[in-house]
This record gives sequence, C-alpha cells and structure tokens, in this order.
Amino acid sequence: MSFATKILRAPELSLRFVPVWKRNLLVWKKLAIASVLGNIADPLLYMLALGYGLGSFIGNVGGMPYIAFIGTGMVCQSAMFTASFEGMYSAFSRMHVQRTWEGIINAPIALDDVMLAEWIWTASKAVLSTTAILVVIMALGFGHTWLALWVLPLGFLVGLCFGAFGLVMNALAPSYDFFTYFFTLVLTPMLLLSGVYFPVEQMPGWLATAATVLPLKHAIDLARPLMTARVPEHVVLHVGVLLAYAAAAYYVALVLTRRRLLK
Amino acid sequence: MSANTVSDAVLSVRGLVKRYGKLEVVRGLSFDIRRGECFGLLGPNGAGKTTTLRCCLGLVDPDGGDITMVGEPVPKAARAARIRVGVVPQLDNLDPDFTVTENLRIYGNYFGIDRATLDERIPRLLEFAGLAGKATVSLRTLSGGMKRRLTLARAQINDPELLILDEPTTGLDPQARHLIWDGLRQLLKQGKTILLTTHFMDEAERLATRLAVIDHGALIASDTPPALIAAHVEPEVVEVYGDEAKAWADAHGRRIAERLELSGETAFCYARDPRPLLDDLAARQGLRYLHRPANLEDLFIKLTGRELRD
Repeated sequence: MSFATKILRAPELSLRFVPVWKRNLLVWKKLAIASVLGNIADPLLYMLALGYGLGSFIGNVGGMPYIAFIGTGMVCQSAMFTASFEGMYSAFSRMHVQRTWEGIINAPIALDDVMLAEWIWTASKAVLSTTAILVVIMALGFGHTWLALWVLPLGFLVGLCFGAFGLVMNALAPSYDFFTYFFTLVLTPMLLLSGVYFPVEQMPGWLATAATVLPLKHAIDLARPLMTARVPEHVVLHVGVLLAYAAAAYYVALVLTRRRLLK
Repeated sequence: MSANTVSDAVLSVRGLVKRYGKLEVVRGLSFDIRRGECFGLLGPNGAGKTTTLRCCLGLVDPDGGDITMVGEPVPKAARAARIRVGVVPQLDNLDPDFTVTENLRIYGNYFGIDRATLDERIPRLLEFAGLAGKATVSLRTLSGGMKRRLTLARAQINDPELLILDEPTTGLDPQARHLIWDGLRQLLKQGKTILLTTHFMDEAERLATRLAVIDHGALIASDTPPALIAAHVEPEVVEVYGDEAKAWADAHGRRIAERLELSGETAFCYARDPRPLLDDLAARQGLRYLHRPANLEDLFIKLTGRELRD
C-alpha cells in the first residue's frame, strides 16, 4: 500500500476508541469543578450583561425576551467553543506536548481509534457545557419545556462539527500559537454572523444569505425553537448540514493526522 | 513463517527498506532475535534505529522487506502483535494527569486487560519499579529515574513476550541507569526477550547477548559483543593523553602501533602486542597513557567513524 493510499483510506470506526475516550473522561473528572465553572461563568456573564443590560433597551427579539434569545445562542456558542478548544489545545497537548497518543498507539490501538476517541470526546465535552448552560437558562426561568432537552444531542452534533474543525487545526499546528488563526478567521465570524446576538435577518440580504453556509447558523435555527417549545422547521436540512460538515472535517483531520504521525 | 526465518525468532526482520522521499533511511536491514536474548541495536544518531523500531511496531509501513513479530506478520497484523509486546519509548509519554497506579491501570485498559488481572499485576509491577511506596502520588512529583522505571513497569502491564526499549537510559544519572539495568537483567532471568537500542556502549556490553551495529540504515556487523570485538578490533588499546600526544603520535606512535587514531587530545593506539608501545612510552617523560583491552566503544568507532552525527 503506498503512503498516499494509506493516509487517504476511509476512517476505521471501531469500539477500540472507548478506553481512550474513558482516559479523557477520567482526566476531566479530576478537574471537573473548575471545568464546569469555566463552562458556566463566561456565558453566564454574557447572558446577564447583554441579556439584562442590552435587553432592557431592546425588549423582545424574535418573539422572546432578549435574555432568552441570547441564552439559546449561548448554548450553541458554548458547544462550539468547548469542542473547538478541546480539538485544538487539549488534543495538541496530548498529541504533541505530552506524547500521550504515542504511548497509546504502542498498545494494540490504532491512530484511527485515538482520533475517533478524541473526536467523540470533543463532542462529549460540548454536551457537558451545553448541559451547564441549559441548567443556567432554566434557573433564570427560561426554556422550561421537554423539547429543550433536544438541545443536548444538538450540542453533541455541534461538538462533532467544531471538534473536527479543531482536529484539522491540530493536525497542522506547529505550536499552540497557530490556533489563534482559527479564532480570528473562523470562530469570531461564526459567532457574529450566525445569529447568536441578533437575528440573521437584520443583516443586509447578501450577508444573511452568506450566513446560511455557516454551521453555527443551522445549530441556532434548531436550538431557538426547541428552547421555546416549538418544533423546528427544516430539521433534516439543518442536521444534514451539520453532519456533512462534521464528517468532511473529520476525514480531513484524520488524513492530515495520519500524514503527520504515521511516517 | 517463511522458510528463511529462524524458527524460534521472537522478531524477524528480513530485507527491511524504508524511504522518506528519495532518502533511504533503512536499506535492506535483516536480523533475528531469539527467545530469551537481549539483542542490542547500536548505531549513531540517524542510523535508522528508531525508524526500524517504528516499522517493527507497525506504526510506519516499510517500503520493502518482511517483519514477523511474536509470530504475527507486520504491518498486516501489527495490532495483534502489539498485544504481546511492551514498549519503552525514547521520550517519556506517561500521563502527567494521573497517579502512578492510574498510569498503569489506564495503560492496561488499552490492552483490554480485565480489572482482576490488573489488580493482581499492578502491585507486582510497582514492586519491580521500586515505586511501591509511591502508588498514589501524582506523576509530577517523580524524579526522571522514577519515571523511567514506571515506564519500564508500564511496558510489562500486558505480560509481554518481547520488550522493545528505545534508548531506555538516555538522560539518566549513573545511579538511575544501574537500577534500570538491574530491572532489565531481572526480566531476562524471567525469560523475557529484549530488543534494546542504545548509543551507550557500556550499556550494550553489560546487557546484550548479541548485537547488531547499523549505520546509514544498513547492517555493518552482528554477533556477540566479544566475537564482534575479536573480529574487528585489535585486542589491546593504549590511550595516550595530553598536549604532547599528537606530536608523539606523528613522530613515533603511527610507526609503532598497528593502527592509530587521533581524537582531540587523545591518541588511540591499537595493537595485538602492546609491548613496543608501552616500552616506547615508558622511556619518555610527560606523556600520560592507559593500557586496556579493546571494548565495544572501540568497535563502534571503528565501524561508524569518529565524525559527529546529528
């Protein structure tokens, strides 16, 4: 098998990823309190400051109080940030700095298994932070509907999407500094143009149209109705877009990581 | 197993070739490691040692040749082979977020070893590593030597038939190295097979039952350490030190010694009969010298040259 065929072959999906995923979970458990606080504090501040502060000028947006509007945006944003961060900084520590992956692939576990574990882990962490935010929103008196629980699997899907983006960056990164590009070029525009802080329809037509290619926009289009007890429209389209981004990015991440480590 | 493989080989490498672009890093390397021996793979930096190990573990695909490890063809059945192999990497990759015991337990999980077996094995391995009193401490508090011993213990979590050690004592102080060597000797007594790469000749001389010297990706020589020395190096060495060593070497040494090499301020004189050298040196004032039998270092330098490798 030539090197090109070897690195381009289809992803191997096996349950061998489980012990590696568990390893990450065990590390997280040790730092769980700090991690959860971190997950909550940031979006909570945004929600309170913008939601109550700005919200008092704005009133209702999209048929709900501004704090509820921004809260649903925060759920998706937090899933996006958590998974991206995990796919970049944390994965880079394990791959490059601590050489944890190197140790694991000396055991009967393949690099594909490690990557699958890291990918699922980024999404798992996204669910953890989504849960934390959801609890906060509910404590503030919003999102009291069974439909809101669908936000958790949605957080997983957003995690798969942005976790895979993060892993692409990880495979290319010479050092931690490299990840700044992703924040500037991807996450910040995503955050500002996907309807986290204001409805996308407020933007000029061309920009609103352009925003429809952003995965976060599709996540928010699902999350907002769910949090207000409505069944979202175009579920298949939105889920399909997120899945397509996730799968394509994971494949690219896997190929680049194989190229980096299996030579 | 193919016909030309030694039947009791734990690891058999036949005609291994690995290229990176146009650069051929391993060029037709062959060797066999028999059950119960400690096989040393020696070579200067960049000789292809680590690449060879990575090929054996199935982490990189060779461009040519055949590898059979613990009876499994590699890379085809590399994962099945790695179930019965333990690895000590060149650079530590222990998990800094876990305690000593957790490191062993979690590594055991990667092999799918059940809890009861781990419960039974881990105390023994901690005992082996001299870390029984450190079972629950964080990894960050361990010294470099302790981490190496833990890595060696971790490599045995699956009770492997073959241990692959990539420069296991690089960066350790003499005391810590001796502890690692004791551990390795203990493993050999238990009947384990060891593949060891090193560029410490005293390490190879103490531990290896057989060794292979490789350079530029090819095998230069392979045999037991004494047989290699006997075959390639004159048995007696006189080292002459000091400012005057070079002048003496040019004026007299080269004529008297069978072979003489200068390295810095030392002249290495090789001979079957050292007496003419010693007589000449004794007659002169102010030259310091040492007479000793030839060792692996002499062999290594003879075979791979004195120039610096990086």
